[in-house]
Amino acid sequence: MKGSSSKKQLTTQSYPVPRKGTFVKIFRKNYQFYLLILPAVLFTFIFSYIPMYGAQIAFRDFNPGLGYLGSEWVWFKHFLRFFREPTFWRLIKNTVTLNLYLHIFTTSLELIFALMLNEVYNKHFKKTVQMITYMPHFISTVAMCGMILLFLHRETGVINLIGINLFGTEGYNFIADPHWFKSIYVISLAWQNLGWGSIIFVAALSGVSQEIVEAATIDGVNRFQKIWYVDLPTILPTLIILVVLQMGSLLSGGFDAILLLQNSLNLESSEVLATFVYKLGITNAQFSYSTAIGLFNSVINVIFLIIVNKAADRLTDTSLW
Amino acid sequence: MKRNRRTTADIIFDICNITLLLLITLIILYPLYFTLIASFSDPYSVSRGEVILWIKNFTVEPYTNIFINEDIWIGYANSIINTSLVTIYALATTIPCGYVLARRGVFGKKVLMTYFVITMYISGGMIPSYLLIKQLGLIDTRWALIIPAGFSVYNMIITRTFFMSTLSEELYDAAKIDGCNEIDTFFRIALPLSKAIIAVIALYVSVAHWNDYFSSLLYISSKRLFPLQYVLRNILIMNQQMENIITSSMKAELVESMRHRALMAEGMKYSTIFISSLPLLIIYPFVQKYFIKGVMIGALKG
Repeated sequence: MKGSSSKKQLTTQSYPVPRKGTFVKIFRKNYQFYLLILPAVLFTFIFSYIPMYGAQIAFRDFNPGLGYLGSEWVWFKHFLRFFREPTFWRLIKNTVTLNLYLHIFTTSLELIFALMLNEVYNKHFKKTVQMITYMPHFISTVAMCGMILLFLHRETGVINLIGINLFGTEGYNFIADPHWFKSIYVISLAWQNLGWGSIIFVAALSGVSQEIVEAATIDGVNRFQKIWYVDLPTILPTLIILVVLQMGSLLSGGFDAILLLQNSLNLESSEVLATFVYKLGITNAQFSYSTAIGLFNSVINVIFLIIVNKAADRLTDTSLW
Repeated sequence: MKRNRRTTADIIFDICNITLLLLITLIILYPLYFTLIASFSDPYSVSRGEVILWIKNFTVEPYTNIFINEDIWIGYANSIINTSLVTIYALATTIPCGYVLARRGVFGKKVLMTYFVITMYISGGMIPSYLLIKQLGLIDTRWALIIPAGFSVYNMIITRTFFMSTLSEELYDAAKIDGCNEIDTFFRIALPLSKAIIAVIALYVSVAHWNDYFSSLLYISSKRLFPLQYVLRNILIMNQQMENIITSSMKAELVESMRHRALMAEGMKYSTIFISSLPLLIIYPFVQKYFIKGVMIGALKG
């Protein structure tokens, strides 16, 4: 038995060109693997591929009674309607600036924080700092937004109270002011993710070769020079992959917190594509129109991801694929 | 050795570095600390700004208010049930999939891998997914939160990387010689050796699900099915927004009488945040290393 099965393996390996009965053989050899992977394949088919098929309603006037294929095909009607929307440019601008602001701010803070931690030689101190700074990551988005609203409250929020009691300023309703929205959002997400996001950089920094550091020290470089010439080049690939991925989600991402912090007074700067789609599609049941906007959004994302990845590949030899 | 080489510049650098790190840590800790002391202080003292560094006029009233609030406990129960089910379900789909895609010589592995990875970059979007759940008849059932949430390609890739880096081909060969078929090998050999990755995936999935509010916003409308985060949103966010609109549009004397009630509700919010975050903050120190392990394995593959 065993002898024959190993011989079977040999024949399939040495003849890569499919021969008669090979498929039966391949299936017999692999079906147990396929059985193990089947749940995941089915899941992905149902919850990822069927919605992709369903996204065709972006080109139709979807009527649930008529189904996907029965609804009338209207080509780019919904897309054109979106481009003519008076808020179109504001939506694009808000989405892009909010994401850029968020990524640039948080990633650079995480990077600096990781570099600083890497310079600490006292293990206990380092561990304690890490333990405390990871903590906010485990607070839910809802709880975090609840805290923001409480702290920023015009009369009873701690931030306004400090201003009122110490500096005699008037209470200010920050969350109702569109000018403050982006900063509130970015700072709170930075608070939540500073420690957590730095883990990946700390991990990459552990790959810095000690010999190079020794050699550099003998050559008399100072700590800043060491960070600049030794640490940074080591973590550059990690940084680039992160940036590529972030650019790929420039028109999405971070939507949970935005929806929670949004109110009718700050809408001017807080309305982004995802929240717009949510309101149109779920609240107003304009399925085709909102799907078209969502589709537009993901197409731009993929194009962006490919371009940025290409650029990173050209410039630094680091690529996702 | 190291000590001898330390120059004055080095010492100044270290002092600045550690001071800055301490400052950052305190800034990150303070909002959590403030929430805790505010929840045990008299709401009036909090609203006058007397609570900054320590509890003022200690009270447990906000907590007794929570204990009689039924919504929170229904939410707690729902979240515990949903999270446990999702975690089991996610493990059952993710671990075998990552295992198979880590094995050498599986026919069609490349195709399968592409099949999964594509969905990381392309998706049908929010509305088609919503319509699918609707067509499946899952709207306003517990299953709408559980069934679509099980499998994630990202977690699967972490699992795959784990298997590729820890279990060797020789081990599989040995199992084969001992007469194991592939399913046996998975359950008897691979699974017992992968407790670490099971812990990582279970924690990732359960924390994400515990903290998720958006799926319940999409799919759930009956009060008895609301998970904790949805209840929290109603207490923390919706009330607050009401107040914003009230205070900016109403006359001063009306605002003043409502202020009393608002203040009491406010005091309860701090304790609600604390109570709802408690489970994760308690288990966090014990499971921290598994989370970090997950990030490290994830980083390995970029």
